[in-house]
Amino acid sequence: MTDPGLGTNEADRRATAAPGRLDTILRYTAEERTNHWIVALCFVLAALSGLALFHPALFGLSGLFGGGPWTRILHPFIGLAMVVAFLFFGVKEASHNRMEPRDWAWLRHVGDVVNNREDRLPEVGRYNAGQKLVFYAIVLCLTGLLLTGIVIWRAYFSLYFPISVVRVSSVLHAFCAFVLICTIIVHIYAAIWVRGSVHAMTRGTVTPGWAWKHHRAWFREIMTHAANSRPRSD
Amino acid sequence: MALQSLDIIRRSATTLPSPEIREPTGGQDVAKLIDTTKCIGCKACQVACMEWNDLRDEIGTNVGQYQNPHDLSDSSWTLMRFAEVENPKGDLEWLIRKDGCMHCADPGCLKACPSPGAIVQYSNGIVDFHEENCIGCGYCVTGCPFDIPRISKKDHKAYKCTLCSDRVAVGLEPACIKSCPTGALVFGTKDDMKQHAAERIEDLKSRGFENAGLYDPAGVGGTHVMYVLHHADQAPLYSGLPQDPHISPNVRLWKGVSKPAALAVMAFTALAGFFHYIRVGPDETDASDEAAAQEMARKQEKAP
Repeated sequence: MTDPGLGTNEADRRATAAPGRLDTILRYTAEERTNHWIVALCFVLAALSGLALFHPALFGLSGLFGGGPWTRILHPFIGLAMVVAFLFFGVKEASHNRMEPRDWAWLRHVGDVVNNREDRLPEVGRYNAGQKLVFYAIVLCLTGLLLTGIVIWRAYFSLYFPISVVRVSSVLHAFCAFVLICTIIVHIYAAIWVRGSVHAMTRGTVTPGWAWKHHRAWFREIMTHAANSRPRSD
Repeated sequence: MALQSLDIIRRSATTLPSPEIREPTGGQDVAKLIDTTKCIGCKACQVACMEWNDLRDEIGTNVGQYQNPHDLSDSSWTLMRFAEVENPKGDLEWLIRKDGCMHCADPGCLKACPSPGAIVQYSNGIVDFHEENCIGCGYCVTGCPFDIPRISKKDHKAYKCTLCSDRVAVGLEPACIKSCPTGALVFGTKDDMKQHAAERIEDLKSRGFENAGLYDPAGVGGTHVMYVLHHADQAPLYSGLPQDPHISPNVRLWKGVSKPAALAVMAFTALAGFFHYIRVGPDETDASDEAAAQEMARKQEKAP
């Protein structure tokens, strides 16, 4: 994020219009939010349709998609849409997700993390180590799902692969989906757990206190940036 | 196919047992015995199969051998495979094998199928596809150790030999059996077929085929279509018939323990979140955090 706090829409302007007192901070632009939620909706649909085909007990979920054959038809296209949408999102977010020494230190304090003892944690940048690991898990899982998904896409591609490759891909596809679903459950819970996160991804902004508490290094970076970019007469 | 009056003992994508209180007295295991040593490759069985099942495959092209069509398809459920093999003595052997569904006792297709009731196994051992429940995913192709099911390009449903379950249900033998002019195809209870095969094998051995034997592979729990082979020790000579077929370990893993285990871990992950919320609670930002933020912002303002 090279240009925090500068947006075009109403909410974004409000976020920066704070002459004396620091108001809210823009964390996700409207574009980022839209992109995130396209990925999220695709994930939910792909997961539900995939689970319908994974376990007999969940086959009833195929009713949500118009029955078994429609589930089979739609699932791979939903998956492709998710990969494409995530590609845009991932490229934009990749630079914020590099693991740094302080992230490894943060991970060693996992006990403090889960017990809300944030005062004992090293400072966190735009994303904490947990969020970064989620990012990498998604990148790896989606890559795996894409490659194996093409192999087991019977209508168009399976006939080009030997049966042994199709079999291995079936297992790996299920495995990647399993890891991804567990990762996203953690991701969703973390958003509920850390109050203000859902607001950040739905309305775009966070309070200064939120940024200070959860992402202090990022907060400091924004303050420095804002101070530097502010006209001298202010 | 759907029209059937046979008891179902196993159903795809179904976790609970099928109704099993009836013990049909006539419901013994049936089997088709294909004696490759008697087969002359006339393809009467292929024609009978087409006729009985109302199947008309597209006219193919001649590729310089007798095998026609070239492969099994959604509308060719059985096929004579012709293999020309030079034996160690330098003689040519023409090994003709009627290919088609083997009706495994432990069917890989049924194990892999995600759609409830799209694949069933009757109490007499026949494995049948119920196309109205088929979703066209092709998992049966992935699961089959014999490369038998074919997905139709027309309706995206899976098709294969039914062992004429509709005929067998009313006491008739499969259409292919009816048509065989040499007696290479016989049908009856599995026990009878094994006994018949034993006699044939004894005869073959007495005539110099010391490796003659019955193909009823244990890896898939035995099959309800069995072969008498002159070279039972070299099954792959017969156009790639697997020597020791079994459901692939990958399919077993995918369709076995991983299903309940993965669901359990996913549910556990969600539960862990729920109870974390109950025990530890949300991580909230309060007025003191806001004050600290304003304080830091003011310092930063003065700093540059």
